[in-house]
Amino acid sequence: MCSMIPSRSLSDVCGEAESVRQSNLHSFSDQIVADIYGNAEQITRHVLSKKENKRIGFDHRLDDIVTSMWFGYPLMLLLLAVIFWITMEGANIPSQILASGLFAFQDQLTLWFQWIGAPNWLHGVLVLGAYRTLAWVVSVMLPPMAIFFPLFTLLEDSGYLPRIAFNMDHIFKKAKACGKQSLTMCMGFGCNAAGVTSCRIIDSPRERLIAILTNNFVPCNGRFPTLIVVTSIFIGGALIPYSGVINALVITGLILLGITVTLLVSWLLSKTLLIGEPSSLVLELPSYRRPQIGAVIYRSMIDRTLFVLRRAILMSAPAGAVIWVLANVYVGDQSILSTVAHALNPLGQLIGLDGFILMAFILGLPANEIVLPILIMSYLATGSLQNFSSLEELRIILVNNGWNWLTAINVMLFSLLHWPCATTLLTTYKETGSTKWTFLTFLIPTLIGLTACFTLTQVIRLLGLV
Amino acid sequence: MILSAEKKRELWQNYFGISLAKDQIGVALAGNPNVGKSTIFNALTGLHQHTGNWPGKTVDNAQGGFQYNQKSFLIVDLPGTYSLLAHSVEEQIARDFLCFANPDVTVVVLDATCLERNLNLALQVFEITPNVIVCLNLMDEASKKNLVIDVPSLERELGVPVVAAAARQGQGLIELREKVFQVAAGSLKTTPRQIIYSYEVEKAVKELLPLVEDIAASNALSPRWIALRLLDGDRTFLKSLDSFLSHEQTSPLSWEESKCAL
Repeated sequence: MCSMIPSRSLSDVCGEAESVRQSNLHSFSDQIVADIYGNAEQITRHVLSKKENKRIGFDHRLDDIVTSMWFGYPLMLLLLAVIFWITMEGANIPSQILASGLFAFQDQLTLWFQWIGAPNWLHGVLVLGAYRTLAWVVSVMLPPMAIFFPLFTLLEDSGYLPRIAFNMDHIFKKAKACGKQSLTMCMGFGCNAAGVTSCRIIDSPRERLIAILTNNFVPCNGRFPTLIVVTSIFIGGALIPYSGVINALVITGLILLGITVTLLVSWLLSKTLLIGEPSSLVLELPSYRRPQIGAVIYRSMIDRTLFVLRRAILMSAPAGAVIWVLANVYVGDQSILSTVAHALNPLGQLIGLDGFILMAFILGLPANEIVLPILIMSYLATGSLQNFSSLEELRIILVNNGWNWLTAINVMLFSLLHWPCATTLLTTYKETGSTKWTFLTFLIPTLIGLTACFTLTQVIRLLGLV
Repeated sequence: MILSAEKKRELWQNYFGISLAKDQIGVALAGNPNVGKSTIFNALTGLHQHTGNWPGKTVDNAQGGFQYNQKSFLIVDLPGTYSLLAHSVEEQIARDFLCFANPDVTVVVLDATCLERNLNLALQVFEITPNVIVCLNLMDEASKKNLVIDVPSLERELGVPVVAAAARQGQGLIELREKVFQVAAGSLKTTPRQIIYSYEVEKAVKELLPLVEDIAASNALSPRWIALRLLDGDRTFLKSLDSFLSHEQTSPLSWEESKCAL
């Protein structure tokens, strides 16, 4: 090949091309992809014939509504809100039944321990520590999960999730990220570690990293119960007539906030560390299916509810025991637990939390599921050792430890915006193979969470609202 | 501009790590993932295959040979991709090979059960290289789904030979070999249909054409295609082109992985 030196160098040409590219309001790359598809569609129309299928016609009409500009987003939000509403309305009573049963059994256990003459510390570690945390996790977390997961799986099974991705594609584009990120984000609602792994579907390394770094901004299975419980106690509880609806709206709002932060951070990353243009997303919408009830129940119960519960139990029973020990071993005149909590307290107060809450979040690093159980354990272990059988009693415990609505909001905010769990961090390391990106996955949400809670708290306090 | 056989062998060897024998005809095999590309590759080449990696990449590179009408052919199996817009390493490899290696014939394998999505790739290949044959695979699956494809009129629409096949059943492979031979020998002419873009894009392309003409002409590339990639803002292509240009002027083996955003 005779390569004569081109009169214009490549970089000159690129520079001039860039100005032509910027001259258009819409993205050329989107238009180009749309045109290629337009051509392919035109050819296909000429050469392909098939026997008419009524289902396909129905799907098309349904898709016109579900993915339309006006109905797409409201429908999405409405569905989410309804799911949360059903979850929170439905979870209350089974929660109470479970709690009274499990705590009655605790009294029985205590009697047995006394009968065999077990030493006090053994009873403390096993019954007051491990068993009580476990009972708490089961009674508070199981009912919402057992309602929420089947409903969510139903949505998934019907073929609605790809429509969500389709709807969200263009805002992700605006944030200079890939539309597929909305799918990995949906995956993150299940589990952030799974969400990070699912980022493999994104081809461009730049967009994949953005998706990995921002996956943690949607609350996972482990964090939903915390959010649901705290909302039920503090937000809806304060406005009794419409509490169910308000609760559902608050959780939906939190998720919206998470998505907003996802988009903002994606956009910021595209402008700073990971500069580039978004690639186009071509998504084939599968046809709607009637969900198979058996499969839905199996998948949501076995794969999700029991999986999360098992992880919560495995983590929280030992954690409960350890915390009981920490709370009952004294160094000087303070238990180890109080010493640590007091050390963390100034920072906690600054962001509208307290030392115990911050400690619970730190100890919750292995699994987000155990943040609330740890917190309750530490409050109970230091204060009066009462049992509780309903959310109302839980509310009293929290209020006695200085909680108000601002604390509740900050806990929810911080739960949404803080470091990912250890599993997610490990997965991120495996996927990116880089300590730098893994560290950023830790740092970015933490900084955002600290800033958000700090700002909110200071503003509310300045206005004298608390 | 057409490469001399000698130059081309050198280029394939140095730049893509593929040894093309003297007078051997180079055939590229492209297609979406899961369209039976490997089945066709295996059926055509039998045991005369060898696999390696694309230079500097972790993507498999399978090559195989066959003889037909006293001619020797070398088939290069490109990674399965949905497009050539280079979002992934696979797409980059497929694009760079079609773009810089100038294969004598390119076979694009399409899945007849989702023609529209598959045509996308075919249309993009048409923009890069003129000697294309479309192999419409999985015809048996398509008829199970009540899909009827009018092959002669598809041939007219596309401007290239279309071979209907069901590779797993061994149908259509003889015809495919014959068509590959005819296109390589020049007895079968192809005029692949070019994508017509919307007004804005066409206008911008016209503006850019004079700028890229030199680069295109000196590298046997389509100026229209380069202009489109510039409009895309496709950095990976510009990097590949840059590395190709510098490779042409300096020593061989300067093929470096065009690093994406990382």
